[in-house]
Amino acid sequence: MTKPAFKPLLRRPAIQRIAAPLLLGFILLVIWELSFRQLQVPIYLVPKPSDIVLSLTTNAALLFASLCTTLKITLLAFLMAIVVGTLFSFLFVQSRVIEACFMPYAILFQVTPIVAIAPLIIIWIQNTTLALTMCAMLVAVFPILTNTTLGLRSVNPGLLNLFRVNKATRWQILTRLRIPNALPYFFSGLRISCGLALIGAVVAEFVAGTGGSSAGLAYQILQAGFQLDLPLMFAALFLITCTGLALFVAMSMLSRLFLRHWHDSELG
Amino acid sequence: MNTALSLDQMIAAPRSDRDTPMLMASGVEKIYPNGTHALQRLNLKIARGEIVSLLGPSGCGKSTLLKMFADLEQPSAGQIRWQGKSDIAAQCNMSMVFQEATLMPWATVAENVRLPLDLQGLKKTSSHVKVLAALDAVGLAQFQHAYPRELSGGMQMRVSLARALVTEPNLLLMDEPFGALDEFTRHKLDSDIRQLWAERDLTVVFVTHSIYEAVYLSSRVIVMGARPSRVVADLAIEGPDNRDEAFRTSESFIKQCAQLASLLQQASGGMQHD
Repeated sequence: MTKPAFKPLLRRPAIQRIAAPLLLGFILLVIWELSFRQLQVPIYLVPKPSDIVLSLTTNAALLFASLCTTLKITLLAFLMAIVVGTLFSFLFVQSRVIEACFMPYAILFQVTPIVAIAPLIIIWIQNTTLALTMCAMLVAVFPILTNTTLGLRSVNPGLLNLFRVNKATRWQILTRLRIPNALPYFFSGLRISCGLALIGAVVAEFVAGTGGSSAGLAYQILQAGFQLDLPLMFAALFLITCTGLALFVAMSMLSRLFLRHWHDSELG
Repeated sequence: MNTALSLDQMIAAPRSDRDTPMLMASGVEKIYPNGTHALQRLNLKIARGEIVSLLGPSGCGKSTLLKMFADLEQPSAGQIRWQGKSDIAAQCNMSMVFQEATLMPWATVAENVRLPLDLQGLKKTSSHVKVLAALDAVGLAQFQHAYPRELSGGMQMRVSLARALVTEPNLLLMDEPFGALDEFTRHKLDSDIRQLWAERDLTVVFVTHSIYEAVYLSSRVIVMGARPSRVVADLAIEGPDNRDEAFRTSESFIKQCAQLASLLQQASGGMQHD
């Protein structure tokens, strides 16, 4: 620990955490490429990694435009979920009655499959982007809502008494005690929700089947499926996965940024 | 069985200039909604500048009484008065130290200590000097930028103490603050409390279940009985103003501990207690 310079590169935990799974992935890709080349599996059943890379480059412009569409809807939905989720959680901690009134409906939205509500939303909301965003938001909002509510509530009773002895106002208790206390819960909600926002966006695109200039990655998968263009399907799938990963990593970094000094989850 | 002393003996404070009655509980009852009868017609007077320990079997309502002084609990009947006025929270500049250090884990030591001043709306520029002085008083000035998790249990408790002192309170309420600490640290902190108390115009009410701690710290020990609790004994502690480790082994110390132990046994109603 004291002399990191002498530690072999591959022994370092940080390197291991990133390099090890990358290495495993690379080995698997090589096996995939070589074995499928050897077995001559037809491209319309399972494409080889090289076919997917080729499809990625030849359809780069199309895929990039689709990626932007899906990303836009995902991020919009995620932002809306954060705003709606935190606002309602602030409302919920104000009184148990308010929470008791609203919570069953929040659960109602959560347990109803989005595929089942999406057609309705798409009919009701004319603007496609807005309709898709709404669908994705409905999927993503729940973890933020429940986690933040839990975090705002579960303050140390001793600290709450301390604030009361010092005659803190309701507002001071919210901003100086409840909100900092809720941050770890909030970030854990964000990490779940960012993935859900992407899932919601993709599902909504499938249901809406929107083509044309505003076609998202899900639409490319649908179209490529009809045409048995499996390399394109895989290419689009790859981009969706990368988007999800990038979002997750971004949320983890954000969480680390805010919690690294004090919360157990980000220490050591 | 009733070993309670008369009222005159009760308010016999060790220092003649500090004998104004400050804190008073008269006929205080506490019955919780679930029917638990915690306190029964409890009467108590604490004079200015006293350092008083509330001693009693666990669950006897010592902490409940302390929370009433802090206005965190309301008596079911009876009154708590500060200098004759009933709105204690508004009248009295008080601080409380809890069983745990109750520090905000997301804030540095200095930020934690500054909290009471922040809540009063004091500007950072003017509160900083007070924060440093309070940290200095508990010997932690060099740890102002540390986070609570980086400190030992004893140091966390010192930060908690600094936070209580930063508002320069008249009344310091302490609810079994050192119960979770090892004995050595506990002795050290007890000595610190004595010293901090001696340096300021401070009235201390200290809840403990340790007889030794009560005798070492206090100018007076109030023994409370088992539920429903009332004051069963009120013992003025004889000892030097400047107490040190020698006092812990003195004959007078041991005699008073033995006396309290037997009072406490009676207070527990002759029941077996652990």
